[in-house]
Amino acid sequence: MSHAQPSTPGTQGDVVTKDGAKSWFYTPEVKEHFFHPKNFLKDDEDMAMFNAVGKVGSPACGDELRVWMQVDPTTENIKEFRWKTFGCGSAIASTSMASVMVTENGGMTLEQARGLKPQDIMSRLGGLPQRKFHCSVLCDKALRDAINDYYRRAGKTDKIIVESARVIDPVAKVTDRDIEEAVLEGAVTIEAVQQKTKVGIGNPSVLPAVEELIRFYKEKYFGA
Amino acid sequence: MSRQVYLDHASTTPLDKRVLEAMMPYLTEHYGNPSSFHSIGKEAKDAIDEARANIAKLLVVRPDEILFTSGGTEADNMAILGYARANKEKGMHVIIGAFEHHAVLESAMHLERKENFSVTYLTPGRDGSITPEQVVAALREDTILVSVMMANNEIGTIEPIAEIVKAVKASKVPKTPPVFHTDACQAAGVLDLDVSKLGVDMLAMNGGKIYGPKGAGFLYVKRGIKLQPLMFGGSQERAIRPGTENVPAIIGLALAFKLAQEERKEENERLTVLRDRLINGVLKTITKTRLNGHATDRLPNNANLSFMDIEGEALILYLDAAGIYTSTGSACTSASLDPSHVILSLGLPYEVAHGSIRFTLGRSTTQEDIDYVLETLPPLVAKLRSLSPVNVDAKYFA
Repeated sequence: MSHAQPSTPGTQGDVVTKDGAKSWFYTPEVKEHFFHPKNFLKDDEDMAMFNAVGKVGSPACGDELRVWMQVDPTTENIKEFRWKTFGCGSAIASTSMASVMVTENGGMTLEQARGLKPQDIMSRLGGLPQRKFHCSVLCDKALRDAINDYYRRAGKTDKIIVESARVIDPVAKVTDRDIEEAVLEGAVTIEAVQQKTKVGIGNPSVLPAVEELIRFYKEKYFGA
Repeated sequence: MSRQVYLDHASTTPLDKRVLEAMMPYLTEHYGNPSSFHSIGKEAKDAIDEARANIAKLLVVRPDEILFTSGGTEADNMAILGYARANKEKGMHVIIGAFEHHAVLESAMHLERKENFSVTYLTPGRDGSITPEQVVAALREDTILVSVMMANNEIGTIEPIAEIVKAVKASKVPKTPPVFHTDACQAAGVLDLDVSKLGVDMLAMNGGKIYGPKGAGFLYVKRGIKLQPLMFGGSQERAIRPGTENVPAIIGLALAFKLAQEERKEENERLTVLRDRLINGVLKTITKTRLNGHATDRLPNNANLSFMDIEGEALILYLDAAGIYTSTGSACTSASLDPSHVILSLGLPYEVAHGSIRFTLGRSTTQEDIDYVLETLPPLVAKLRSLSPVNVDAKYFA
């Protein structure tokens, strides 16, 4: 599946010019969710209705997401989903869209929700600028964190899936996920990935493996 | 049509109509190549000679010390890479400000990573100032080049260049006195660029920020300074910058520079009032905001403000929808997603860097524009804050 930007006029490029509407680099769906976000947590919300929370990121990395869910204990469907996001336009829009996707048509089951991929959110949004793709990757992570939290609270610890990342460089403590993240942020050469992750700087023997991973993720997200 | 407020003049300015008029004949009837020997070519040659002489007069330098380039980035690259490469037998140490424009910063990093130079990055104070003392303290026996910008493009702090140059030149630490370069791209329309007072050896500036054409700039290079060219292929610009001259752009650049310098005092006064109205208005009406950069030693058109708990880009898009055009940090960093290296270099946390917005005023800015911003901004900030899970403590951004 290719995640290149759609070639609809007005959705490419990063420059927003005077005629806003025509040259906006986000799609109408992204704009709708950014300007009119759905399901975000309001100040007066009754927090007791939620039985799971999830979190990912920090302001230091530029994005932070928190999500709150109300899961039906018998069917394990997501009845309510609320969120708060610190981040750019696409981070806000993709979280908003994800909140709609997990709750529409009676709500996804937790197992369905776990399978929600960043690509699914992105395609419902009609595409995102390439360099913004990592934002929607974050919101599916927050969702999975909340799913685990639900199972933890429900005592169903066997259902918790800890996403283990594979350590590529034990010296710099860099995992395959860090490299995936770096590639998504546009680092497609070994030097650029090193700049972001420090992988292999004190441990050059791992570089061939890093190169392989860069190629793999590059093809996965941006096509060959 | 609803109000449109362009507050991104530090990214680029519109072309002055007078400048466009002066350029037009060189886009049409005077199309000659200045290197040609016939009269059509001579016409173009005379025109760029005059432009060069006019620029030299404003800088109080000799015309042959002005080298035309494709803009500020090329001029900065030429100064840093060109000087370092041509003079490395004298020493291989370079000093630059940590918050220089990427054109200087990445040139210096390239020298460090690929060409065995060592580079000292000067950390500015919290308000963005670099002191003569700290530059002198960084000098080494093998220092050959120092580069500090005249005014910072993101936070607007004006550096005491004349004092820094004086202190550097007086030091006996380096074996040969280091050459001093300054990036004056943001200062060209605002400050006095008399080189005899500044004492700099190289100075870069461009047209696109002073109501002149984009893709035009120059590097002042003091006579006797050796630069290694970055391009090859002709004898134009003393063979240091070969390639057929962009005649209309050069004509436009020279006039834009002249107009900006002639009108700067009056314009500076006008803009300072508007800038302070914006800064004070925001700080007063919106909680958890912070002015980045020096309170008074700052460009008269620059207001860099951080809005805690929200991300700058989201706010820019909300402002854009309201017809207010601003940027996060520099236009160059907006595309890279990295938080501003300028704000981080001030020792401020990521939260401040991510929430920073640069408003830069210009000739078209009116008091009504500023009031419109002051009226529009608070509910947008409040809306984004209501979506945000972050709530930083005041101590993080004091």
